[in-house]
Amino acid sequence: MPKTRQTDLAAMTAPAGPPRTVVQERIVEIVSDSGEGAQKAGQTFGTVCAKLGNGAWTVEIIPAEIKPPARSRAGASGIRVRFGSHEITNCGEHADLVVAFNEQVLYGRIENAAFRPGTIVLLESKWAEDSQEEIRRQYREAVVEFRAQGLKVIELGMESACLEVIPDARVGKNMFVVGMLCEIFGTDMVKAREEIQAVLGRKGPDVVRLNHELLRRGWAFAAEHVPVAWEVPPRPTQEPVLVLNGNQALGLGILAAGMEVVAMYPITPATSVSHYLARAFPVVGGFMHQAEDEIAAIGFAIGASYAGKTACTITSGPGLALKTEFLGYAVMAEIPLVLIDVQRGGPSTGLPTKGEQGDLLAALYGQPGDTPKVVLAPATIEECFHFVILARKLAEEFRTPVLVLTDSNLATGVTSMPRPKVDPDWLAGPLDQSPWPEGLAPFDWDAETGLSARPIPGQRGGEYVVTGLAHTRQGKVAYDPVSNQEGCDMRSRKLAALARTLKPPLPHGADEGELLVVGWGSTLGAIEEAVDQLRADGCSVAALHLRFLSPLEPGLAEIFRRFRRVMTVEINYSDDPEAPGAGPERRRAQLAQILRERTLVDVDCWSSVSGQPYSPGDIAAAVRRRLPSGARGMTKGAA
Amino acid sequence: MFGLPADGLLDVPERYFTLENYDGGVARWCPSCGDFAVLTAVQRICRDEQVPPEKLAMVSGIGCSSRFPHYMHAYGFHGLHGRALPVACGIKARRPDLKVWVATGDGDCCSIGAGHWLHAARYNMDLTVMIFDNSVYGLTKKQTSPTTPRGTATNTHPDGAFLPPLDVAGTTLGFPNVSFVARTVDWNPAHLSATLATASRHTGTSFVHILQRCPTYTPDLFEPLRRDPDRILLLTHADGVPVDPAVERMYRHRQEHDPRDLAAARALATEGERLAIGLLYRNPDAPRYDQYTVRGLGMSREQKVAAIERELDRFAI
Repeated sequence: MPKTRQTDLAAMTAPAGPPRTVVQERIVEIVSDSGEGAQKAGQTFGTVCAKLGNGAWTVEIIPAEIKPPARSRAGASGIRVRFGSHEITNCGEHADLVVAFNEQVLYGRIENAAFRPGTIVLLESKWAEDSQEEIRRQYREAVVEFRAQGLKVIELGMESACLEVIPDARVGKNMFVVGMLCEIFGTDMVKAREEIQAVLGRKGPDVVRLNHELLRRGWAFAAEHVPVAWEVPPRPTQEPVLVLNGNQALGLGILAAGMEVVAMYPITPATSVSHYLARAFPVVGGFMHQAEDEIAAIGFAIGASYAGKTACTITSGPGLALKTEFLGYAVMAEIPLVLIDVQRGGPSTGLPTKGEQGDLLAALYGQPGDTPKVVLAPATIEECFHFVILARKLAEEFRTPVLVLTDSNLATGVTSMPRPKVDPDWLAGPLDQSPWPEGLAPFDWDAETGLSARPIPGQRGGEYVVTGLAHTRQGKVAYDPVSNQEGCDMRSRKLAALARTLKPPLPHGADEGELLVVGWGSTLGAIEEAVDQLRADGCSVAALHLRFLSPLEPGLAEIFRRFRRVMTVEINYSDDPEAPGAGPERRRAQLAQILRERTLVDVDCWSSVSGQPYSPGDIAAAVRRRLPSGARGMTKGAA
Repeated sequence: MFGLPADGLLDVPERYFTLENYDGGVARWCPSCGDFAVLTAVQRICRDEQVPPEKLAMVSGIGCSSRFPHYMHAYGFHGLHGRALPVACGIKARRPDLKVWVATGDGDCCSIGAGHWLHAARYNMDLTVMIFDNSVYGLTKKQTSPTTPRGTATNTHPDGAFLPPLDVAGTTLGFPNVSFVARTVDWNPAHLSATLATASRHTGTSFVHILQRCPTYTPDLFEPLRRDPDRILLLTHADGVPVDPAVERMYRHRQEHDPRDLAAARALATEGERLAIGLLYRNPDAPRYDQYTVRGLGMSREQKVAAIERELDRFAI
């Protein structure tokens, strides 16, 4: 059904026509077989939306294999873009619009409850004419089934439209889809063209020109064939923003912290930080060392730190396991170090591309002996940037490794953040090469704080030997009964000293009530949105988010006492209270374990390890189940 | 003339270092351990090179010989078992001004840290690496090491080691981009010193395979070599280890060997009835990783801030 809207293709401006339906937010998915460019299309569209002032959040839909077989249900590859007229902090619930390049990949998304009745599906229709009877049959049956489930399927010959300009639709249709989405949402085509220039400029003017043409044709195609016209107005305030994913934010944070050495070994989902830094360091001054293994990576970073240039190593769960011994060494020898763990599903090799918060206990307690260290967890992509700067300062101030725990939801999610202005004080200071004060011991621990000044190689008179063996204030190996106790006391005292400088966290929603949801890391946006929904329904709930996991932020027991119930929501394993054999000693989620131990409050938890990011609805439902029956609010499904 | 500068003025060094300046206190190895000779040689080389102690970084792993940094007056890093080389590379990465020595053993380097051994050779950063090969684990009390001769009884192989040993120098010569491999023995202090000094002068990773006696667990192992110099083949060359005439007289079997000849070096290291000592291989032109790791070292804070601002702009609207 052709639309009546006017489209001014020559000017490439937003079409004038009958008013669009104005909506506060929309969720769009693009799904296809792996390698068809769906992610590139979604990232481009999401970036354009963010640059035009929408709040936006993208989530990659990643198959388990690099090249899953074509048209497989499990092989869905793609991206979800949630954007709105307000800040967007998570993936949201159900998609409003889906672009699908075959019908099979939709089954996987339906199993993941990604759609709702009324979701519009723009489905590639070429399969109806396929040479294989089996494929034609699958396609026909699927369309009938999807419609029976309430999906609004619109069958479109998108590939054949692309083939008018390019010989292989697999490689060209991503920008065609961006053009379609721009038409559907009335998005500024000038911005879209600029973004294509930015993304593909390196491939040369011919490639850019071809993709601009695909963009234009996608736009015209949607104007003619897609009877949907929405408008998602931009946010009212327009401050300068950056549009980036969490790993890019980490990379920029490393630069802004003035760190000059990053050593890492390729590991999903941390690797893309190294891709960014390998390109950025040559212009900012620094070096990204791709080490021969995870152990060498942290060893190299510790060597650089020892020599005065606090360095960073980045990894994920399996790599954290390998770095264990060196991490303990850095604690013992009091060498500053920033270790970033972009967590993925575990245990073992686990779910490399999926998010989990399963490394908290490993980070805190994974090394033999007592290894107090600082552990931070940024909750947003913006915090990924700022926490790296904080981590470098804490590492040097407290002469300790600082672990920064992010996860793949932050790593691959794309959103906007206020553009920071670089403060020169963020950068590491120049190397101190002044003579070392005469008579000052290399571990001159302050009895109150455990802190001591550290000699840097090159400082005349500061010559000393660091060792992982028990040692005295002079750095001399000592097996006597006093020295190891003193060293352990002093290293622990540093954490207590840091804790004294922290402020109690502020609950979101209310300061007291029936139930407090405690979270950490990437779940912030989804938890707070869930709490807002529940409060709107009349539930007496609030949220508390922790950024410091070691030392813990102060005042937690006091905050907990103002609520009748406290529970954590985390992405790691816990026994379901209803599971066979689960009693009062059931195994709880990782932060819940720590909070119970540290506050003596009976902290409950809800968690799952499905590999899917939590939607606010998942969390709201779980929280409702923990509320007493009279306090569950009014929404359907509350029982 | 006489080395005087044209203006006739002499630069009088502000500091002159004697052996005492590198003395880190009483070394606690077993009496007559070969490590003492190496320690003395290194202290002499530091004195001869007049390296300020604060510019010295002595890095080691774990094992008897890895106690080395504790006995030097210098900056020291006594690290983890097998992991000296990654640490040394990290130190050198942004500190080209530091002189980095590595002390590691046959267990530390060739067993638990073997992966780093190969890759350190590839990186070819400017390090001087001493591999103390006593062919046994000493600190943990007599277990088989990768260089223990086949048939030698140890606590882990009481009926004798099952497998033939690896040769440290020969194996190192097989690594890609290797730029310096020499071999020497602890019981010939003149040759030991000359070899380490040659290694120290080389820009790049210089590996020195040191046959080192363990008086406690393998006291007889190197005795035939030590007592009978005819079992040793002394390598000579104008570009090799400069040989003291007294040393030269000691060894009847000598061979002129061009250290640029890799194939000949490999054959000398692993074949033949005599143990070849001296400079086996040196390639001053091998690419060095530290030429890349120092990028941007001279940038001012203002330049860096400006560059970071430009990076942020790449993600801006």
